[in-house]
Amino acid sequence: MRDLSAARRPPLVSASTALHALPPATRYVLRGGADVRAAAGSALGLAIPATACRATVGADRAALWLGPDEWLLIAPHAPPPAFGAALAAALEGLAHSLVDVSHRQSALVVSGPQAATLLAAGCPLDLDASAFPVGMCTRTMLAKAEVVLWRTEPQVFRVEVWRSFVAYVAQFLGEAARGII
Amino acid sequence: MNEGLRTPEGGRIDRSRVVHFSFDGRAYTGVAGDTLASALLANGVHLMGRSFKYHRPRGVLASGAEEPNALVAVRRDAARYTPNLRATQVELYEGLEAHSQNRWPSLAFDLGAVNDLLAPFIPAGFYYKTFMWPRSAWQSLYEPRIRAAAGLGRAPTEADPDRYASRYGHCDVLIVGAGPAGLAAAAAAAASGARVMLCDEQNEFGGSLLAADPHGATAIEGRPAAQWLKQTLAALGSNARVTLLPRTTAFGYFPHNLLGLNERLTDHLADPHPEVPRERQWQVRAREVVLATGAIERPLVFPGNDRPGIMLAGAARTWLNRYAVLPGTRAVVVTACDEAYPVALELQGAGVFIASIADVRGPEDGPWAAKARAAGIPVLTGATVLGTAGRRRVNSILLARLQDGEPSDTQTQPCDLVLMCGGFTPSVHLFSQSRGKLLWDEGLQAFLPGTPAERARSAGACRGVFALGAALADGAAAGAAAAREATAAARTGVCPSGAAATPAVQPAAGGGAGFAGALPQPAGARGRAFVDWQNDVTTRDLTLATREGFRSIEHVKRYTTTGMATDQGKTSNLNALGIVSRALGKAIPEVGLTSFRMPYTPVSFGGFAGPARGELFDPVRTTPMHEWARAQGAVFEDVGLWKRARYFPRGAEHMHAALGRECLAVRNACGIFDASTLGKIEVVGQDAVTFMNRLYVNAWTSLAVGRCRYGLLLRDDGFVYDDGVVARVSENRFHVTTTTGGAPRVLAMMEDYLQTEWSDLKVWLTSTTEEWAVIAVQGPNARAVLAGLVDIDLAAAALPHMSVAPGYICGVPMRLFRVSFTGELGFEVNVPADFGPAVWEAIWDAGQAHGITPYGTETMHVLRAEKGYIIVGQDTDGTVTPDDAGLGWAIGKNKPDFVGKRSLARPAMTSPQRRQLVGLLTTDPQTVVEEGTQVMAQAGARAPARALGHITSSYHSAVLGRSIALGLVAGGRARTGQTLYVSIPGGEVPVEVASPVFYDPQGRRLHA
Amino acid sequence: MLLIDCPYCGERPEPEFVYGGQAHIARPPQPAQATAQQWADYLYRRDNTRGVHAERWRHTHGCGRFFNALRDTTTDHFLATYRLGEPVPTAAATVRR
Repeated sequence: MRDLSAARRPPLVSASTALHALPPATRYVLRGGADVRAAAGSALGLAIPATACRATVGADRAALWLGPDEWLLIAPHAPPPAFGAALAAALEGLAHSLVDVSHRQSALVVSGPQAATLLAAGCPLDLDASAFPVGMCTRTMLAKAEVVLWRTEPQVFRVEVWRSFVAYVAQFLGEAARGII
Repeated sequence: MNEGLRTPEGGRIDRSRVVHFSFDGRAYTGVAGDTLASALLANGVHLMGRSFKYHRPRGVLASGAEEPNALVAVRRDAARYTPNLRATQVELYEGLEAHSQNRWPSLAFDLGAVNDLLAPFIPAGFYYKTFMWPRSAWQSLYEPRIRAAAGLGRAPTEADPDRYASRYGHCDVLIVGAGPAGLAAAAAAAASGARVMLCDEQNEFGGSLLAADPHGATAIEGRPAAQWLKQTLAALGSNARVTLLPRTTAFGYFPHNLLGLNERLTDHLADPHPEVPRERQWQVRAREVVLATGAIERPLVFPGNDRPGIMLAGAARTWLNRYAVLPGTRAVVVTACDEAYPVALELQGAGVFIASIADVRGPEDGPWAAKARAAGIPVLTGATVLGTAGRRRVNSILLARLQDGEPSDTQTQPCDLVLMCGGFTPSVHLFSQSRGKLLWDEGLQAFLPGTPAERARSAGACRGVFALGAALADGAAAGAAAAREATAAARTGVCPSGAAATPAVQPAAGGGAGFAGALPQPAGARGRAFVDWQNDVTTRDLTLATREGFRSIEHVKRYTTTGMATDQGKTSNLNALGIVSRALGKAIPEVGLTSFRMPYTPVSFGGFAGPARGELFDPVRTTPMHEWARAQGAVFEDVGLWKRARYFPRGAEHMHAALGRECLAVRNACGIFDASTLGKIEVVGQDAVTFMNRLYVNAWTSLAVGRCRYGLLLRDDGFVYDDGVVARVSENRFHVTTTTGGAPRVLAMMEDYLQTEWSDLKVWLTSTTEEWAVIAVQGPNARAVLAGLVDIDLAAAALPHMSVAPGYICGVPMRLFRVSFTGELGFEVNVPADFGPAVWEAIWDAGQAHGITPYGTETMHVLRAEKGYIIVGQDTDGTVTPDDAGLGWAIGKNKPDFVGKRSLARPAMTSPQRRQLVGLLTTDPQTVVEEGTQVMAQAGARAPARALGHITSSYHSAVLGRSIALGLVAGGRARTGQTLYVSIPGGEVPVEVASPVFYDPQGRRLHA
Repeated sequence: MLLIDCPYCGERPEPEFVYGGQAHIARPPQPAQATAQQWADYLYRRDNTRGVHAERWRHTHGCGRFFNALRDTTTDHFLATYRLGEPVPTAAATVRR
């Protein structure tokens, strides 16, 4: 029997100055109440945000508030059980939901002095630093695709996109880049 | 041609840069800074268009966006052809090619002008009154002819090759209009640190300052106006919090302070770069809006007022001071307010002979009359105009005084230029679009902004503050107040809290009242006085409408078409209102005002489409295995946003043959199918089973871990909403599948019930549609294909039909389903999506020894129909109950409730006469009837015979060697064995009612 | 494109939301006991308010939460938004800047 455990083929994105894809990552959607937030935080060594639309970042992992009982947990790619198993063990007995979505979405990075302007071609949110500061994250729309938008640095946005929308979002941003003159 | 009418100096043009252009094929030159209109006038060309209905020769009336006459088409190539542009707004570039419109064969000689001679016979409502009989002729004969004869410019014949950009904008204060008031507002708002956007439709900011007399005494803040303008723009331009948008029209005002802006990026360039978008459409959300949209000068309505060479006084000032063009050599000025006098004096100073000023006020002199007389210009007060002469250019005007309806002091003045000034109409378009209330100001004879409906304030001439100093102060105050409001700490929302949001306007003094209506004429006067230049509406049309009984201005507008042209009546509405008001003997505010609608000026379709065209029109969703299917030559079909492989033709194979081959391969050997698009929802939590019990019709408590069940979801009205296999992965975790198209709406419905009805349940929903690649392996050889790849015992006893097991395939984690939508032994391999292609290829390779064949959605449809499995949305239509579809068995009998259960108890839902899903077999096995066809009880039925039902699915079945069909038929199951009739092209065929399960009714193959 | 004040996320643009129809229409707790009229009212009967309307919205492309709103149907202005389970705000509480 052949071993395909390393034979991943993530969606292809051709990189440009303003846009590139990140390598595969481990992702979980965590749902539950304050008890779950606390237990998961201890297990991950990372405070899970209680504040709306904010992300917390640890050494190699991050927790993004997506809803009042919903977080997106992101960590570097690792063999499946590692991250999730520890988390599941810590949450044993608590009312919660933990679902692996590592392959559901891909991460794009939009960066550079025009990053916010580029995204403004299709994102109806105010991306001025006063309204969308570093550390803010949220689900929103980018043209006709739903995305999770996260400002990780003043000129860097991470865009989490469902895999079948990656090509569309990348092409849209490529077209939008032409519109910046 | 040379620019004989260009003044030797002055103007905001660059004489050193000559620009070549053509108009109707004739070559001209202008200079940088010209518009098409100013360059044509510099060449002595006044005739720029033909009117819409009578094809009368027309010149420019105005100098800006309100221009009703000089509509031209600009052509770059066959695809880049833009009709109906106002020549006054077309910036000149090297090589510009412009064409006049609505004339044939030429602008100077237009056969359509015969309409002008027929004018007495085609008054308002002529088309409605005349082209009535026979009724059928309207569509076939009258309308096409009328449209061909009328019509504005033609549309381009090729697809638009240009790019169009989109952008969302946000600011504290958006200022519309960069005239003195708008600039003052922007400066004041920016000074407070607010985020400011300032847009103006013109290429240069400055508004009325651009047309100011450079030698005049106008000073702002102690500096010459031009210097103030330059310094103010420099300060705004260097402020990072300020966005300046020239060539940008605010065309629409939408709820919650959202404004649509159309920014034109390349239309003024001779050789635009193809990568650069032609336009950018902005959607700007502003915390506060300042409207500084200015005012539009009003024409006067008198007989013959539409000849080329008759224009607004302010337009002449613009031609002279901004473009250094003399619009004529011998002028007569007709005015109803003071503002025309300085224009006359400025033109006189530039060398134009002013033959006379006819002031319709009086008979006493106004404050300016003495100055004019001192400059040697005769002034006739209490005047009216009885007519004009000149075909392609005015050559004389007939002035008189009227006393008791009798003319006196009649005088014919030769001239080649007539300037009109009927007063100023504040531009309240955007304010009115925002649903702000307008108030009639009797002193100004104008509608002014009243209480705003949005967080907006008006400043300057658009609210009747005309004098420069007052407008600047008004703008500065508005800008400062807007910035203060926008940045207030307690501020949330863009909705006004109520009527007190902004104080009602108190217009400052400083502007003439002017005149609204038609100038008085002697009794029995003839000659046509135009009110709406673009749509050729005359005083007589309007009075005729009132005589025929039209009272509402909305009805008069539609009957006469006044104000309905592309200029939306910018120059005509108030005069029309004055005429109707007088005819009805009612005051103007009682007659009312028609609605202002977006767009303020026409906006290209490309601008609205933006980047959403071609490949970016909608997202194209593809599965992880898409590239493999494409390499295999699959034919794809659109399913929602997805591209799905429909079938895999071999060589030149036709669809019919491919389907037959793929179907038989699945029935006899093994098929492989990409089912990744199926919706997947992970339902997790300690109350997961309770949630599933309440939502789906089925009984879930009894479903063991590791087993699957066909789930059926209704709406609360009892009709089938979606279906799919549901697996219990662990005690508190369900893997729910939905139809491809139903995935988002099923999740939304689940969230709705969970959040709003059952918020006490500890259960959560996560979409995993895209987490898994799903590879269906179906057919008698399926087990043999997979056996060597997976670490799971595939024996029927270990993994029976409708079960699920976790495991690994080639070292890749997997959820393996033993399920079938084909009626054969089948598996669905779920692997994390990135592994999809590699696993697919591994199965493909392993299947080579077992006759594996890829199949597509069309084959899947045939296979499931052979088994009588429904497709929600094809065999159901939102009026089908579980029992109608033959799925009553799925309902959990002992459940107290589930979504839709109460509705199923309604008497109408249990009637035996409901349409039920049945099989239908044509007598001739080779006839495949069309889906959607009505099913009739009797042969030869004619309307209004009632159909028993219709065909929902119809295919040729290769394995059965005949056609099969599913249909919804009234009382269908009780009709089994009966012969019914289905129409086909050219006749009808008998069909026999049968079981909807055509193949392997015992399901032996399924459980193999 | 309205601007809607999500009770969880703050003011957000309309494309992120899905309208959810009239608010405060509870599903009968025991549908089997509901009369035909009660059930029909629950399924189909809705107000057609000119003025202040209590309605549901879902921040579908945001936090995913349903919430309620008071909107004036004549002006499109929102008077208030509030979380599920919270009482309908009184007139005094709806005056906002």
